[in-house]
Amino acid sequence: MDTTGTIFLPPGQSTISGEVDALFNFILFASILLFLLVVILSGYFVFRYRRRTVPGTTYGKDHNVKLEIAWTVIPTILIIIVFIWGFRTFLKMRVVPKDAIEIKVTGQKWFWSFDYPEGVNTVNELVVPVDKPVKLLMSSKDVIHSFFVPNFRIKMDVLPNRYSITWFEATSAGEYNLFCTEFCGTGHSEMIGRVKVVSEKEYGEWLEATAIPAEGISPVEYGARLYQSKACITCHSVDGSLNTGPTFYKKFGEQEMMADGSSVKVDENYLRESILNPNARVVAGYAPVMPTYQGILKDREIDALIAFIKSLKEDTTANDE
Amino acid sequence: MNELPTKSYLNDPKGLKSWLLTLDHKRIGLLYLFSIMAAFALGGIFAMLIRLELLSPGKDFMEADTYNQLFTLHGAIMIFLFIIPSIPAILGNFALPLMIGAKDVAFPRLNLASWYIYILGSAFAVYSMVAGAADTGWTFYTPYSTETTTSVISMTLGAFILGFSSIFTGLNFIVTIHKLRSPGMSWFKMPLFVWGLYATAIIQVLATPVLGITLLLLIIERVAGIGIFDPAMGGDPVLYQHFFWFYSHPAVYIMILPGMGIISELISVFSNKKIFGYKAIAFSSLGIAFVSFLVWGHHMFVSGQSELAAMIFSFLTFFVGIPSGIKVFNWVTTMYRGSISLKTPMLYALSFLFLFTIGGLTGIFLGALSVDVHLHDTYFIVAHFHYVMMGGTVMAFLGGVHYWWPKIWGRMYSELWARISVALIFVGFNVTFFSQFILGSQGMPRRYYNYLDQYQPLHAFSTYGSWILGLGFVIMAVYLVHSLFKGRVAGSNPWGALTFEWTTASPPPHENFATIPETTHGPYDFDKIVPKRTLTED
Repeated sequence: MDTTGTIFLPPGQSTISGEVDALFNFILFASILLFLLVVILSGYFVFRYRRRTVPGTTYGKDHNVKLEIAWTVIPTILIIIVFIWGFRTFLKMRVVPKDAIEIKVTGQKWFWSFDYPEGVNTVNELVVPVDKPVKLLMSSKDVIHSFFVPNFRIKMDVLPNRYSITWFEATSAGEYNLFCTEFCGTGHSEMIGRVKVVSEKEYGEWLEATAIPAEGISPVEYGARLYQSKACITCHSVDGSLNTGPTFYKKFGEQEMMADGSSVKVDENYLRESILNPNARVVAGYAPVMPTYQGILKDREIDALIAFIKSLKEDTTANDE
Repeated sequence: MNELPTKSYLNDPKGLKSWLLTLDHKRIGLLYLFSIMAAFALGGIFAMLIRLELLSPGKDFMEADTYNQLFTLHGAIMIFLFIIPSIPAILGNFALPLMIGAKDVAFPRLNLASWYIYILGSAFAVYSMVAGAADTGWTFYTPYSTETTTSVISMTLGAFILGFSSIFTGLNFIVTIHKLRSPGMSWFKMPLFVWGLYATAIIQVLATPVLGITLLLLIIERVAGIGIFDPAMGGDPVLYQHFFWFYSHPAVYIMILPGMGIISELISVFSNKKIFGYKAIAFSSLGIAFVSFLVWGHHMFVSGQSELAAMIFSFLTFFVGIPSGIKVFNWVTTMYRGSISLKTPMLYALSFLFLFTIGGLTGIFLGALSVDVHLHDTYFIVAHFHYVMMGGTVMAFLGGVHYWWPKIWGRMYSELWARISVALIFVGFNVTFFSQFILGSQGMPRRYYNYLDQYQPLHAFSTYGSWILGLGFVIMAVYLVHSLFKGRVAGSNPWGALTFEWTTASPPPHENFATIPETTHGPYDFDKIVPKRTLTED
């Protein structure tokens, strides 16, 4: 596989990327030839036949059957090659290998979550083993999103009313960007995840470690981890800076003015409600745009997040990334 | 020495009322010129703001929501208020009756009505800007567009009303071309710009109603809560995409076909050469118009439509490329053994050849299924679209404006400043948009307010290009306005063209011709006739 990339294409790191790139480069090459033909001929004519004096009558031949057949037939042959080539690879993209690992992908404003068959759930981080086909069964909780990993050359819309499917097989370990490419509102450009490709051994270890989390670490540390892995970080800062949602910094125990004019003390119950039913009571000045984490976070994860937010009461930015 | 005629359509009759109630196709063309140029300026300012915000990642000077509204407004204004009506409504209205030797279009009152409808539709669009502008993108994809709190309804209602303006113009042109050609002007003696307008008018009349129906359904869904596209109400969002592109893909050809017609005029006239492959160019316009109805699904290769549908749409998409390629080859060949003058309109025609060829060839990447999966919804699309629409249609439009300008006003603009402007626009355009091909194929998604650091150098480069481009347009505005007062008098036929509009005075009288002219030769018979020029070469 091409792991260096070209001026046009990023490194290709899936089993399909080589084929896509080959066609891309073929079209690029043919296009450059055709483009040069048009530009060089035009340039030559403009120079050779430039107007020197007031013109009289000029050459009047206005058709040439052989020439016209040539410039109709040759491009037609070229595009038929391109069509068949593109369609063959496209079919491979759509036919999922039987032995693929199946991961459920959920897109919602504005993060990705992944459910593994082993019961593991992650947000914005898709961990997969190298050299193994991975099938993604995708759906959206709100509007249309689109799942795009440039390095794998795959993209598929994620719809609210039906499942869509795509698959890939990564060919080298590493971390790759995952973009949302269907416009979905305010946080569209923040809806960026990572695909982590690891060896099969590391994948097994990771599954195990993630399936039984929080062994031997404090709830605050666990909460700090969740703060990042569940994408709270996208909208809530921990250093007091402004973002889509209120900062967590020094918020616990404070009185907050709500959008409806009431005042609420930020305590455990308010935090829990804000995670599970975020738009019930929204802090003044913020839009009611947070999605619910009902079904995404388990109780002990919510506990850990609350513990983490509590810990930010003291003047410490140690937990800041 | 040339002199302006004492009485022309510009000063006879006088008074504001005579303009607002005019039935003269030339005056209606000018009413469109001023209103559409206002829309173009507005859309252009939005574009500059978008590029400025994208100079560096993160927030530069506007919020994400503002950015989302700006790119929506830029797209909606440029598409619905500028580029769709631009060539047919301004240059078509002005030149079509003159070119076929008619006194006016077939239905002058319908023509005026179309302008008022345009103004009404624009008013809705402008109102929506003030009332919390839509943030859906110009495509209004559901279910986002049914959920968002911004003023989607007034914007879509605006586009709905503008559609009628477009239909009226199309209908009028079809009848005009069928019934009002000068005696002796058979179909194959029509100027190719007329063929371009004819093919365009057919699409306008057949495809625009579908957009109207679609936008109306969207409005009904939002207002009455009847589930058509929104899955929460039992609708299907992909259905919306089918409806939308069933119009909006043919609409792309509403935008480009008349531009191709202008290019045929320009290359023939400024090469002083009979056009090569007249019939091939004329029929390829009709071919494009026909096939354009059958390719909408290529916007939806990753939307979840079936593989079979994707295959068929990909196949047909390639076949819309062939007639466009044929045209390009014909234009190039027309220059062979001509006498080529590099006046401003010809510089625009050559820019068109250069940019449209890139735009067309990059379409091949997008038609190929496997490659499209990677490039879909990235900056590659943005670049491709702008190469076709701005590099194609806008260059042709500007070429046409500079070509007919002395006929419209009777005066010439400064050739020197016009050349400086075309050079800036050409360079600025390529700097702005070529970089976006690379951004896109490297994976940069479109409609992103923020982006990863790795994309910054190309984004910054693109923004610098937009400043060069903007400067080119400012210079153009200045010298064009200046020419109205101080420009050299052009005379009836400054370029030495053979079509009818150059046989009457500049500016023409109200009734166009003293007597209806008879067609005695083809529009491009430069091999037989030496046209009389009213301006000497310099």
